Amino acid sequence: MPISANEVAQIAHLARLAVSAEDSETHARNLSEILDFVEQLGTVDTEGVDPLAHPLEMTQRLRTDEPSEPDERERFQAIAPATEDGYYLVPRVIE
Amino acid sequence: MHDRTIAELGRALEQGECSSVELTRATLERIEQAADLNAFITLTPDSALAEAEAADAARARGEAGPLTGIPIAHKDIFCTRGVRTSCGSRMLEGFVPPYDAFVVEQLRAAGAVTVGKTNMDEFAMGSSNETSFFGPVKNPWDRKAVPGGSSGGSAAAVASGLVPAATGTDTGGSIRQPAALTGISGLKPTYGRVSRYGIVAFASSLDQAGPMASSAEDLAIMLRGMAGFDRRDSTCVDRAVPDYRAALAQTDVRGLRVGLPKEFIEADGVDAEVSSAVTAATEALREAGAEVREISLPNAGMAVPVYYVIAPAEASSNLSRFDGVRYGYRCDSPADLEDLYKRSRGEGFGEEVKRRIMVGTYALSAGYYDAYYRKAQQVRRLVQQDFARAFESVDVIAGPTSPSTAFPLGSKADDPVQMYLSDIFTIAVNLAGLPALSIPAGFGDGRPVGLQLIGNHFEEGRLLGAAHGYQQLTDWHRQRPSVEG
Repeated sequence: MPISANEVAQIAHLARLAVSAEDSETHARNLSEILDFVEQLGTVDTEGVDPLAHPLEMTQRLRTDEPSEPDERERFQAIAPATEDGYYLVPRVIE
Repeated sequence: MHDRTIAELGRALEQGECSSVELTRATLERIEQAADLNAFITLTPDSALAEAEAADAARARGEAGPLTGIPIAHKDIFCTRGVRTSCGSRMLEGFVPPYDAFVVEQLRAAGAVTVGKTNMDEFAMGSSNETSFFGPVKNPWDRKAVPGGSSGGSAAAVASGLVPAATGTDTGGSIRQPAALTGISGLKPTYGRVSRYGIVAFASSLDQAGPMASSAEDLAIMLRGMAGFDRRDSTCVDRAVPDYRAALAQTDVRGLRVGLPKEFIEADGVDAEVSSAVTAATEALREAGAEVREISLPNAGMAVPVYYVIAPAEASSNLSRFDGVRYGYRCDSPADLEDLYKRSRGEGFGEEVKRRIMVGTYALSAGYYDAYYRKAQQVRRLVQQDFARAFESVDVIAGPTSPSTAFPLGSKADDPVQMYLSDIFTIAVNLAGLPALSIPAGFGDGRPVGLQLIGNHFEEGRLLGAAHGYQQLTDWHRQRPSVEG
């Protein structure tokens, strides 16, 4: 399935990735090749076959709804680029 | 000491031939001498020597286990408390985790000494170790060739005797393929056998940590140290960890039923020297009393396309956490929130990672989900059913690990699909969640060839026993490249 540079821009937007105009052509060519390659899945008869999401088909283990981890905010904030009064500081991006 | 196995080093430490501090110093010196391999991203000499001192003290108290005082390295995908963890990416620039991965905790508790973090393909995406932000790793057998990926740094470090063992992770073959290309032994355990807590996630239904070492016996020692139940990983299986090393003595290749998939034997594009080495290996097993029979895995050929839908889909979701807000790389002077996300991710991720995120985003997007993602999961079940049928009549499945020996650096870098086919024999195992290992089985043009053995779920003991049996018959695993190059 050929992917155009415009479609690359749309996919990149959905993935929140900045892709330069000059790289778009390369991405379009690579994505087209990869999608062509995976197209062969269409030749397999999967009528009535259940999808397999987990190789051991385990169900998700649940725990009781009780706190199990201590408060480690200070230790975690020690590695953050910038904090103030217990909050993480991030660039102002909303006017 | 550099050519000794964990088992041999353990005996040397036990007999007082050397101390762990001396061994660790020698290890750090050798790593410096082999710096041109680019096998390490970060070295931790100070903490390593402190751990070695503690190991010597534990031994003096009579508290030593098989890993006490043994220097090892961790792939840079494992979080290490207080030590940079980059996952081979600029995106994790400056990231110093405040906690250890489960595997790191376990091996630390077993007394192993961590000397550093090994180089890897960025976010474990690659089959050649050329996508690392920290540059490619070189194959110690031929410095113009790749070591395989994504655990290429760990593989090169073990192959050249810098450390006797290292950790790796295997999502589509990332332990076994570099093990094959560098002539070492590498094991991908059953999915869920080893906790994934603290491993930077790539494709959560496929990722599994495992050991890389120079013999099956050492893999057994390392796996015993790494495996175990951990409530922090909800996919980790609550099941007792056997003494894999003790199981080696009880396994005999006599009577072992070995299946040879005709799809692997007849596959196109397999190097002649790989085919002949694998044939010779299975013949050696047969002569030792194994029963070798042809089997069929009819959907094996679909494993790579299934993987290149499922793995990028899961990666696109897992890597959405790297957004420039919380930790890791952040772009300069963002204009607004969308610009912050897009430029941080665009500048922080390398090309292969971006490619896979886009493939995954596309496969999961409205209108394409059924055609790609759901379809891939259906074929994944067929691949798993093939294995289940095969294991009704055989104990292990044998074949090549990689279709070729180590290929030249740069030779596949511009052709992603060709690169993806490097893992054509390993990927089906991850889709089915099975354990599998690669062991050295010969050479082609001076480069190692790997033999892959695949087992049924949780049959690591039988697999290691088969590999150990083979290593009693041959000495391929004893061959070493020259570190001096």
